[in-house]
Amino acid sequence: MMNCQQATQLLSEKLDRPLTRKEKMAIGMHTTLCPSCRQFGKQMEELRHISKSYTKGEVPETKK
Amino acid sequence: MINDSNIAHASELTPSAPSAGLFYDRLFMEDLRTQMIKFAQLQVRDSQLAEDAVQEAMLSAYQNIDRFGRQAALKTWVFSILKNKLIDLLRKEKRLTAASQLEDGPNDNGEALLEQLFNDNGGWQKSERPKKWNDPDHGVENEHFWRVFDACLQALPNKYGRLFMMREFLEMDTAEICHNEAISVTSLNVTLYRARLRLRECLEDNWYQKEVI
Repeated sequence: MMNCQQATQLLSEKLDRPLTRKEKMAIGMHTTLCPSCRQFGKQMEELRHISKSYTKGEVPETKK
Repeated sequence: MINDSNIAHASELTPSAPSAGLFYDRLFMEDLRTQMIKFAQLQVRDSQLAEDAVQEAMLSAYQNIDRFGRQAALKTWVFSILKNKLIDLLRKEKRLTAASQLEDGPNDNGEALLEQLFNDNGGWQKSERPKKWNDPDHGVENEHFWRVFDACLQALPNKYGRLFMMREFLEMDTAEICHNEAISVTSLNVTLYRARLRLRECLEDNWYQKEVI
């Protein structure tokens, strides 16, 4: 199984390119078992959302 | 140039565009201008160029004043114009400060960061595991959040900050960034990963997990 360092890198790259099917499966398996990386994945999405709000001077919706 | 007679004049002339009044709301405009300059200066090193870009964006918003009903709409509009101007500037700046030539700067030891966060097997160090992000119950206004966010951005090594902002603020795609900055896709992806690791940690430490004083 991939380790957390590899998983977090893919969770970041997910924002920059479409992942392959194999990568998606590996990530899916890893995050099912690893709450820390699951959290990290959510936070990557959040970071993108915050950055979008930043340029619009909006209220960041940080509550999930 | 802007005085009371102008205000009266504007509202008489354009009753169908209440937004024209926005331009005479000094507090709002000054605040907007400050935000824009800060945003531009984060990305374009030459502060005169950054100010010029802001000036042009404001002017273009002024010329299209009829389109805005609310302050929020005006803000979104000027920022989108500003973004395009900054992308143009960054393209021109290319030869001068491509990220590939930028000093990595202090704190840029990417390997050290990874070692700090992960153990030898690539698992999270216990103390570094991401925690759930809740809005802290500080009762503080957003402005405070943006101050923390700015500080975290500024703390990134130059190269990280530049590439992160190209991707997330200016929404440039991978091919364009790599071409512009003369770096490989792999190098861009790794740099963005490290920038996000740092930002994530900085926000968690200074906002999401910060104890109420």
